[in-house]
Amino acid sequence: MLALDIKNLNKKYEHFQLKDVSFQLEKGYIMGFIGANGAGKTTTIKSILNLVRMDSGEICILGKNMAEHEVELKQEIGSAFGDINFYTRSKIKTLTNVIKTFYRNWDDETYHKYLKKFNLIEDKKIAELSTGMRVKYSLALALSHGAKVLILDEPTSGLDPAARDNLLDIFQELVEEGEISILFSTHITSDLEKCADYITYIHHGQIINSAEKEEFIDTYRLLNGKKEQLDMIKDKLVSYKTNSFGFTGLIHTKDFDPSTDIKSAVPNLEEIMIYFSKKEGMYV
Amino acid sequence: MNIAISNTSEKPIYQQLFEQISAQILKGELESAYCLPPIRQAATELRVSIITVKKAWEELERHGLIYTVTGKGCFVTELSSDDMLQKRNDMIRMQMIIDTSYYKSFGLTIEEVFELLKEVY
Repeated sequence: MLALDIKNLNKKYEHFQLKDVSFQLEKGYIMGFIGANGAGKTTTIKSILNLVRMDSGEICILGKNMAEHEVELKQEIGSAFGDINFYTRSKIKTLTNVIKTFYRNWDDETYHKYLKKFNLIEDKKIAELSTGMRVKYSLALALSHGAKVLILDEPTSGLDPAARDNLLDIFQELVEEGEISILFSTHITSDLEKCADYITYIHHGQIINSAEKEEFIDTYRLLNGKKEQLDMIKDKLVSYKTNSFGFTGLIHTKDFDPSTDIKSAVPNLEEIMIYFSKKEGMYV
Repeated sequence: MNIAISNTSEKPIYQQLFEQISAQILKGELESAYCLPPIRQAATELRVSIITVKKAWEELERHGLIYTVTGKGCFVTELSSDDMLQKRNDMIRMQMIIDTSYYKSFGLTIEEVFELLKEVY
């Protein structure tokens, strides 16, 4: 069963648009949603949750159409947007007592387990929390009503390395039973190298690639060659950099002929993102 | 079962898992009918993605080193010592083909390779 099925999502703003965004997430897996700042990650996530109205497209969550079953589905979804910037002068306790009434399956025990895990003190006011603490509080809320699908926007940003590592542990424990699915956006690609099963890459409002992680990485090769070789292959490269020793560039594996004596290596996610963002710079 | 994963290695993680487990099976360290941990549990413990473990287990099964009993898990296949020897040699041969092409790229003769191998072994 598909936890998430996004079909041809379109949303146009004056200076930006999401164009035919489509991807799917199998139930019980973790998907990393990557892209540069302003690539459309948050707009996509907000459209999925109907927090911004999409122009066209279809969103199915756990096999049900979001447009028809929104209220019902929101019980099954845990979402977090990193920051909490409403009612900042209220105490955590006060805010939680309001929020928990929205959820049928709110579980106080789970909630307190996460407060403890994240070292959050209930009597503190939201305004007194650091950025990292606010992220943790919003996660504690998202994780405490038995959600089957977690949709998290940059949950690891603002967290220190140890807290990030802890959070990734929690993600893996959550999906272990195969019931919970997680979509989370990030631009910290090292978070994904290990724990993500699928990667979806958005660039300028369009999905460049959405695939199982190793397959995703295997779609590209990083080339390293001499200057003379560059002209031969230039047209096929996504983008390239040159220096006095030669060039490095990214290519689609299918466009690369391994019999040429250009050295090739498997790139990491960060390198893929860097070369795609360089692409625009080259044609300007 | 012992597994040590390197994140800096060029080798894909599923390949590392496959190689380490198959070596332990072929050396007889993992006995036949030994039950491998469930895929999702192994993924959490090793801090790798579920699909990575799945791929490694599939590869082991494809090589006839483990078998799956639906609803129960994956078990180490019972192999005769002849089978083990043959499977071991197959895998070593595969690695040797890769290594050999590297030696050839330096223009080494087989005698030179023998000499150097003796030195380092």
